[in-house]
Amino acid sequence: MIHSLFLINHLGDIFLEKHWKSVISRSVCDYFFEAREKAVDPENVPPVLQTPHHYLISIYRGKLFFLSVIQTEVPPLFVIEFLHRVADTFQDYFGECSESVISDNLVIVYELLEEMLDNGFPLATESNVLKEMIRPPNILRSVVNTLTGGSNVGETLPQGQLSNIPWRRAGVKYANNEAYFDVTEEIDAIVDKSGTTVSAEIQGVIEACVKLSGMPDLTMSFMNPRLLDDVSFHPCVRFRRWESERVLSFIPPDGNFTLMTYHISSQNLVAIPVYVKQSINFFEAGSCGRLDITIGPKQTMGKTVEDLKVTIHMPKAVLNANLTATQGNYTYDCTTKMLVWDIGKLNPQKLPNLRGSLSMQTGVPNPEENPSLNIDLKIQQLAISGLKVSRLDMYGEKYKPFKGVKYVTKAGKFQVRT
Amino acid sequence: SCTASLNEDLKEMLESSKESLKLEAMKRIVGLIAKGKSASELFPAVVKNVASKNIELKKLVYVYLVRYAEEQQDLALLSISTFQRALKDPNQFIRASALRVLSSIRVPIIVPIMMLAIKEAAADLSPYVRKTSAHAIQKLYSLDPDQKEQLIEVIEKLLKDKSTLVAGSVVMAFEEVCPDRIDLIHKNYRKLCNLLVDVEEWGQVVIISMLTRYARTQFTSPWMEGAEFDENKAFYDSDSEEKKDQTEAKPYVMDPDHRLLLRNTKPLLQSRNTAVVMAVAQLYWHLAPKHEVSIVTKSLVRLLRSHREVQYIVLQNIATMSIQRKGMFEPFIKSFYVRSTDATHIKTLKLEILTNLANEANISTILREFQTYVKSQDKAFAAATIQAIGRCATNISEVTDTCLNGLVLLLSNRDEAVVAESIVVIKKLLQTQPTQHGDIIKHMAKLFDNVTVPMARASILWLMGEYCEKVPKIAPDVLRKMAKTFTAEEDIVKLQTVNLAAKLYLTNSKQTKLLTQYILNLGKYDQNYDIRDRTRFIRQLIVPNEKSGALSKYARRILLAPKPAPVLESAFKDRDRYQLGTLSHSLNLKATGYQELPDWPAVAPDQSVRNVEIVEPTKQPKSDDKFYSDDEDEKEEEGSDSSGSGSEDSSSSSSSEGLFLSVRFTVSGAFSFHEAKLMLLVISITNISMTAGFGSFLPKLEFITIMISFFYDFFFFCQHCLFPQNDSKNPTFRTSGISLFHMSFQVTTSSFGPLKTYELLHHMTGKGLSAKYHFPRQPCLYQPSMVAVQVILTNSSDHALEEIHIGDQSPASLNIHCFNTIERLEPGASVTVSMGIDFSDSTQAANFQLCTKEDQFSVSIQPAVGELLMPSTMTEQDFCKEQGKLQGMNETSATITMATANASRQAINKQVLSVANVGEVPSSQNNFSSLEARWATETEATICIGSPKLDRRLKNIA
Repeated sequence: MIHSLFLINHLGDIFLEKHWKSVISRSVCDYFFEAREKAVDPENVPPVLQTPHHYLISIYRGKLFFLSVIQTEVPPLFVIEFLHRVADTFQDYFGECSESVISDNLVIVYELLEEMLDNGFPLATESNVLKEMIRPPNILRSVVNTLTGGSNVGETLPQGQLSNIPWRRAGVKYANNEAYFDVTEEIDAIVDKSGTTVSAEIQGVIEACVKLSGMPDLTMSFMNPRLLDDVSFHPCVRFRRWESERVLSFIPPDGNFTLMTYHISSQNLVAIPVYVKQSINFFEAGSCGRLDITIGPKQTMGKTVEDLKVTIHMPKAVLNANLTATQGNYTYDCTTKMLVWDIGKLNPQKLPNLRGSLSMQTGVPNPEENPSLNIDLKIQQLAISGLKVSRLDMYGEKYKPFKGVKYVTKAGKFQVRT
Repeated sequence: SCTASLNEDLKEMLESSKESLKLEAMKRIVGLIAKGKSASELFPAVVKNVASKNIELKKLVYVYLVRYAEEQQDLALLSISTFQRALKDPNQFIRASALRVLSSIRVPIIVPIMMLAIKEAAADLSPYVRKTSAHAIQKLYSLDPDQKEQLIEVIEKLLKDKSTLVAGSVVMAFEEVCPDRIDLIHKNYRKLCNLLVDVEEWGQVVIISMLTRYARTQFTSPWMEGAEFDENKAFYDSDSEEKKDQTEAKPYVMDPDHRLLLRNTKPLLQSRNTAVVMAVAQLYWHLAPKHEVSIVTKSLVRLLRSHREVQYIVLQNIATMSIQRKGMFEPFIKSFYVRSTDATHIKTLKLEILTNLANEANISTILREFQTYVKSQDKAFAAATIQAIGRCATNISEVTDTCLNGLVLLLSNRDEAVVAESIVVIKKLLQTQPTQHGDIIKHMAKLFDNVTVPMARASILWLMGEYCEKVPKIAPDVLRKMAKTFTAEEDIVKLQTVNLAAKLYLTNSKQTKLLTQYILNLGKYDQNYDIRDRTRFIRQLIVPNEKSGALSKYARRILLAPKPAPVLESAFKDRDRYQLGTLSHSLNLKATGYQELPDWPAVAPDQSVRNVEIVEPTKQPKSDDKFYSDDEDEKEEEGSDSSGSGSEDSSSSSSSEGLFLSVRFTVSGAFSFHEAKLMLLVISITNISMTAGFGSFLPKLEFITIMISFFYDFFFFCQHCLFPQNDSKNPTFRTSGISLFHMSFQVTTSSFGPLKTYELLHHMTGKGLSAKYHFPRQPCLYQPSMVAVQVILTNSSDHALEEIHIGDQSPASLNIHCFNTIERLEPGASVTVSMGIDFSDSTQAANFQLCTKEDQFSVSIQPAVGELLMPSTMTEQDFCKEQGKLQGMNETSATITMATANASRQAINKQVLSVANVGEVPSSQNNFSSLEARWATETEATICIGSPKLDRRLKNIA
């Protein structure tokens, strides 16, 4: 399926290549570079390209392109999903997915790629399984290994590969047994000029950090499971149990993993935590513009809005901004045309305001459209959908684990049109 | 020279005796490979380390080998024996990686070796190794397509595999090697459906896609008009015969297998893997009844929150779906609203979907959205929005005017791209209702001077010409301007200028005759031959002269014919000719290797092809035991006594009350184990099929077939015979491991008495001395590695025989513990003596001479495999543990056929014991209806395991 993989940095240098079948010359990437050139912005490169003899499927992650070469029909999502899984694995192993860490850990990267695909078909993609076969880098071990000639590679087939719970490694042991869950909800919204919500949806995810010895069997139940109408699960979750009882029953992987994601669509009523009053005007005369933005709390369920930030992608003609913020700092980058206003905590008594003038390029027609405002924010201890975990029970093991659930709401793709 | 010295350094490191230096060198070499730099010169130095004990070093060498073997074929061959040896390793991980590398070395000369390795690995006990063999099938196929037929046989075998680990990989191999062999799927269809949820996610995608195609060849369309969904009715209804007559109207009934597929794939919509969700969505799209397809909507919309690339593919598929089925996505219309931060291709796809979803009810909301988009800084997207508005205007007549007015407003936009696009779209819209829009045309004519985009200028010119009667004053003026700038215009503008000139000449020749002639003259000498041709044609057409009289009569009718309005269609209109979710669909062209999705058959092919023998739970074992008399058991015993005595197939049957019993016993080859310390064995009972019944009530006959399979690992055999050069390396580690197991298990004495007596020497040949032997199945007293044999010597002559003893033996290495010489045997007397023979765990015959004082008779004892074993007591747990360590490089099987009725534990035990000296492992599953039984055994010196799988199927004669 996947014939070859090329990793390409933002400058267009190929810094890693791996072939699972016969070697394909890297000149095949020229077709990609052509498309990259045409697209201007790397985000705009079409993920699927055709060349005379091959097909190229690529993803863009962390300023890197993961470009795979395909020779025959294959579901493109299969390849895309796999490439993201590769990027996730790098992230998991090295803490980030960048050219420098990949180059520093080239051998481990190569060993991983070798295990992840066989003849272009995925072989081992579970983090728990991979970590048993190829140990993540660790300074102490690498020193010891250099001295002793020890190895980073496991000698036996991870138990998980064979069992029907491939995601969990065998023989897990912890002194402190703990299971923490983070319920994170992101609000995707479009609010129009007048403050009306055009569309709003919630994307929720439950991330788990489970460090429990042995083979724990967990059950998580919710106060209001009816909210969860569109969900996707980690393969460990017993689907039939969810269908019949609306509880999450699972033997967890060891370590960090995404237990479930859920989606609350725009058909539901979604609370919008802040409102924005804004006016941005450009004047023909004097080549200048005015900007005035105020943000206030709307539906915050009594919690504090933190890490509030407004990002505006200004039209090309805006040369500079001369503004005053009553709270926080603003920056304007004249090359990227990005205005960022970092507000911090929202104080309902004294609403933050940013106002002032924009200097415009002379002799250029004024922009037709006012730029959209992208809002970032965070509310601790709140899942804006109202979701609440009611209990977490453990079966199969005798010890008493520490358990905890944390909630946080964030702005996802939260856009205010002007 | 720099690289040369670098290579020298690396070579030195590789040749050093220090493991750490070698490892460091290999790491650097892999670094070179990763960066795409050549390291092929180092091949000889690297390949030497292929047998290294350091697993990381070894793996890096593997990486190197796979990369360069194709370039250095001769040198690569040096490594092959190492892999062949590793293929027999007790560690499944090592076996699997050996197979992975061996099959990745693209050297044609090793094709036969690969084929052999694949076949053996396909029978391995480890599902992981079998999975690897499925991958290797594809590698071998691409290396040598001539192996197809043999590979299909392996695929067929692996398709029967029940391991979820293997399923995805073998279906992948099927898709690559023989996607047209749908017949191989029939018997595995239901199993695949049922396994699907537990298969790993990548395998799920492949299986779902294959089953989609399968279903389209095997089931009838659920989309027929007036189709009824009467699925609760059992398909194999007993009264379906009677109904046949009434089926003239043919109400649609979904095949239960069709339903099975839909039901079992539905939960996978909740998968975290977007490719799985898409696979299920396309399956529903192509296979489900129309009213069920919409269950996939929510999940597809959920995927839109995923990565940009995922969005792109999902949106493409939704775009195709939304043309045919607006209703599916209309409730989610807001999820397709565009954000300024979306990538351009995402925006365009969302726009496409919004346009597809537009209807009378939602058009005003959508148009309001579009108004925002038109103002976008992304001008390509703004232009696409204008096209979309045009499409909405033609599709929904209620809003045509609104749209047109909106577009006219855009004509005063500051951005030229927006204006130009608006002109093009307005031109198309005006064609649908030209009479009412004189002022718009006038307005556009006024804009003409300021518009520079060629397509827009050409559009205005065309409008002028087409509706010149509505703008009688303006049109000639525009032509006049064009005459001035003609030479500087783009080609499409020139062509339209010629068109305009011709039309004006026909309608208003008084004012435009000269202008037209001037333009035609300019066109005549244009650089572009299209324009020259067009000019010449137009001149002949409109200017009457003697040569062209016939045609010019019709000039008016030709040029000013009413033209049909263009249809504004979605770019995704006929993408549905490709299966959704495929690469071909994404690119809108047929990709290499694309499998056409067949149309539903008009008549469903035979459904019974998918029937497999299924076990019906039998009665409780207790009642079974009571029901069957001991007599019958004894009869079976006799039946088996008389058969299965050799190493070749033999069978016999005895019939009592409809019982049918046959034993087939096969030993595959005779092996010599020079150092026979190890033999692992598996007995598996599979495929018990019951096809017989009894009495007059049930017309069904049930048979049980018990297959006993012995799997041998003859690692040492290979070690010595195939790789004699290297025999001191690994065995030490192996043997020590094995003797450890040996300690922990006790050998039990079989509860089963001697069964078969074999003839050693007939009294005719033996001049009165006859000898028979049997295996007492007791531990041999003389040496643990020996098999105990009891020989009954009888004197049938009329005189006493003296000094009966054993003479020469062959092979010379044969280790026999002889019986003490019998000084004298009287006529008619018999004596039983014990011997011990070390068969070295092989079935090679022990030949020796039986001597009397006067004569020597050559005799031979050839043991059946089952007699080389020793039962072993172990718990079920230990059993499973040992079973996991088994290799399965060889297999011996025996078939026992018995009546279902006799399927009691005792009876089966008896049958099994009749062919092999094994011990039963207590099973935790007391419910014997599951018919799981386990046997454990040992060879002389080492442990052997009997694995158990008793699997019953009931063949349903429906």
